[in-house]
Amino acid sequence: MDTTRRRLLAGASAAAAVAPFGTARAQASTIRLGVMSDMSGPYRDATGPGSVVMTQAAVAEFGARGFNVEVLQADHQNKPDVGANLARQWYDQGVDAIIDVPTSSVALAINQIAREKNKVFLNSGAATSDLTGSQCSPNTVHWTYDTWMLAKGTGAAIVRTGGDTWFFITADYAFGHALQRDTTRFVEAAGGRVLGAARYPFPQTTDFSAFILQAQASRAKVLGMANASTDTVNTIKAAREFGLHRSMKLAALLMGLVDVHALGLEAGQGLLLTESFYWDLNDRTRRLTERVRAQNQNRPPAMVQAGCYGATLHYLKAVADMGVAAAKADGRAAVARMKAMPTDDDAFGPGRIREDGRKIHPVFLFEVKSPAESRGPWDYYKVAATTPGEEAFRPLNEGGCQLVRS
Amino acid sequence: MDEIFGIPAPLLFGQLLLGLINGAFYAMLSLGLAVIFGLLNIINFTHGAQFMMGAFVAWMLLEWAGLGYWWALLLAPLVVGITGVIIERLMISRLYKLDHLYGLLLTFGIGLMIEGIFRNEFGSSGLPYRIPPELSGAWDLGFMFMPIYRGWVVVFALFACLATWLVIEKTRLGAYLRAATENAALVQAFGVNVPRMITLTYGAGVALAALAGVLAAPIYSVNPQMGTNLIIVVFAVVVIGGMGSILGSVITGFTLGVIEGLTKVFWPEASATVIFVIMAIVLLTRPAGLFGRA
Repeated sequence: MDTTRRRLLAGASAAAAVAPFGTARAQASTIRLGVMSDMSGPYRDATGPGSVVMTQAAVAEFGARGFNVEVLQADHQNKPDVGANLARQWYDQGVDAIIDVPTSSVALAINQIAREKNKVFLNSGAATSDLTGSQCSPNTVHWTYDTWMLAKGTGAAIVRTGGDTWFFITADYAFGHALQRDTTRFVEAAGGRVLGAARYPFPQTTDFSAFILQAQASRAKVLGMANASTDTVNTIKAAREFGLHRSMKLAALLMGLVDVHALGLEAGQGLLLTESFYWDLNDRTRRLTERVRAQNQNRPPAMVQAGCYGATLHYLKAVADMGVAAAKADGRAAVARMKAMPTDDDAFGPGRIREDGRKIHPVFLFEVKSPAESRGPWDYYKVAATTPGEEAFRPLNEGGCQLVRS
Repeated sequence: MDEIFGIPAPLLFGQLLLGLINGAFYAMLSLGLAVIFGLLNIINFTHGAQFMMGAFVAWMLLEWAGLGYWWALLLAPLVVGITGVIIERLMISRLYKLDHLYGLLLTFGIGLMIEGIFRNEFGSSGLPYRIPPELSGAWDLGFMFMPIYRGWVVVFALFACLATWLVIEKTRLGAYLRAATENAALVQAFGVNVPRMITLTYGAGVALAALAGVLAAPIYSVNPQMGTNLIIVVFAVVVIGGMGSILGSVITGFTLGVIEGLTKVFWPEASATVIFVIMAIVLLTRPAGLFGRA
């Protein structure tokens, strides 16, 4: 008896999940966007619900142009298997584009699935530069940032100021490896040396003091943190506690606004970090922030969230340009159309998408303000340097992307 | 003397010391778990969330009430302990007659819900909490730079562990508690209010977790998932030490902290795994744990 009831319930819930896709006519003129993000883990604040808010902001800005846009959301829990299953399910149920997907290992899995099913993958949240390098795909656009850009932005800037010997503390998975590899290339190209690295188990590590001590013993001038989020915050806290910041420069290779918020300006002041978006950059970014702030828990959008906005807006423009039916039928063609059209949005300004799927826009080196310099909550950055888009990202012929004809 | 196994001696000593510090957290957390398991027979999977609540209450006291670290050290365990008492009275007390598994599932579920609530309220990226000015700064030990605060953590944790052990092993209250685990009905027949004693024991175990949370707040990011990773290691510590053995959990906590610290020098990639390898070996050779009674 019990089993039958359970089976019935399972059947009912499956039917409920399929129901919204039931009517064929509505499906034909509706573009379905699936925001897949970290809704419950360490990357939640920099991506997660804020990415959904920013995707919806893009849909609102795009307005009504003869077709409906529906935004779905899901939590991939930073697990490649969970993400891959969700992606297959979504694409099979008529989702046209998957948006965001932080965590490089999950993003690389979905990159394959989008290609296999000829759908669209608009990545904002993942860092690995392999998405537009060795694993590039005609169905993928990598919008916001990547490890190469971070390595050049922060790494090269610190080498230039005399930091020519490095020790890395690296998260032991795809993202950490890529970030260390890309930074090492810049350090060595500038005549510097990497004296050592400690790869720590991710995400099971809470205490970084052991690695701080190893970094100290290496006598390197720079501590490269090839990690993100809570791990970076905990590394910086430990470095300050053990006085490492007096003898070594701290290079937080991936650090964003919410991490600075978590760390506090007292501990964070003076850090250099690289981002392609900051809410207080210019009039357009400030206007965008005003528009979305109320929905975004009264926080300004973070970089990855802004990327979801930019990518969605441009995708919708491409869909309008080529027609909904054509865009739904062929993800590859939709991405090709996105590449053919110049981009322009309030977060990143004018730009373009390269043939390997890399979005090109200016990149900023920020310095974290001291508590005295900050005028209030979220006023954390001052611009230290601006790199034009064409120089900020890995040159097209160096990524090893099969789509690039040499 | 300069090098031991190819590692400079100062670095090795430094790592030993750090291992002890991390061990102090393991010891305090596993102590709470051991007390709860020993007396209630409940595997308290909410422990990680209660550790996190301790850190958050410290932050709330500072932000909302202007009460600093020293007040937090006193008040946070009290507040979180009271929530523990409520949980025990309302829910856990209904499960004592059932299999361990039910208590495990219930506390695991409660832990997930607490974490979810904090994540919704405070986000996942964490909140800043500073080291109290009296304990900031560092000593130069020659072979390493020793932050005063970390030294304080070890001393305080040792004190807390010793106090707990004394209460349970050397006082009349402790004797009642131990007697109640052996034969609750008989102790009750002597006029001791056993259910109340068990409730307060759970509250005390939870308060220990919260105390560890307050100690952790200035050095780790205060965020909703801060207990999740730690608690898995702590469970391994409890299993290795022997479920319910108080002295065992303290000694194992410190020892495993040191072993983990040394692994971070020789093979950092394996530092999360080493504890579980040890756990597997211990379970194969001494299923009741190193200090447990079979």
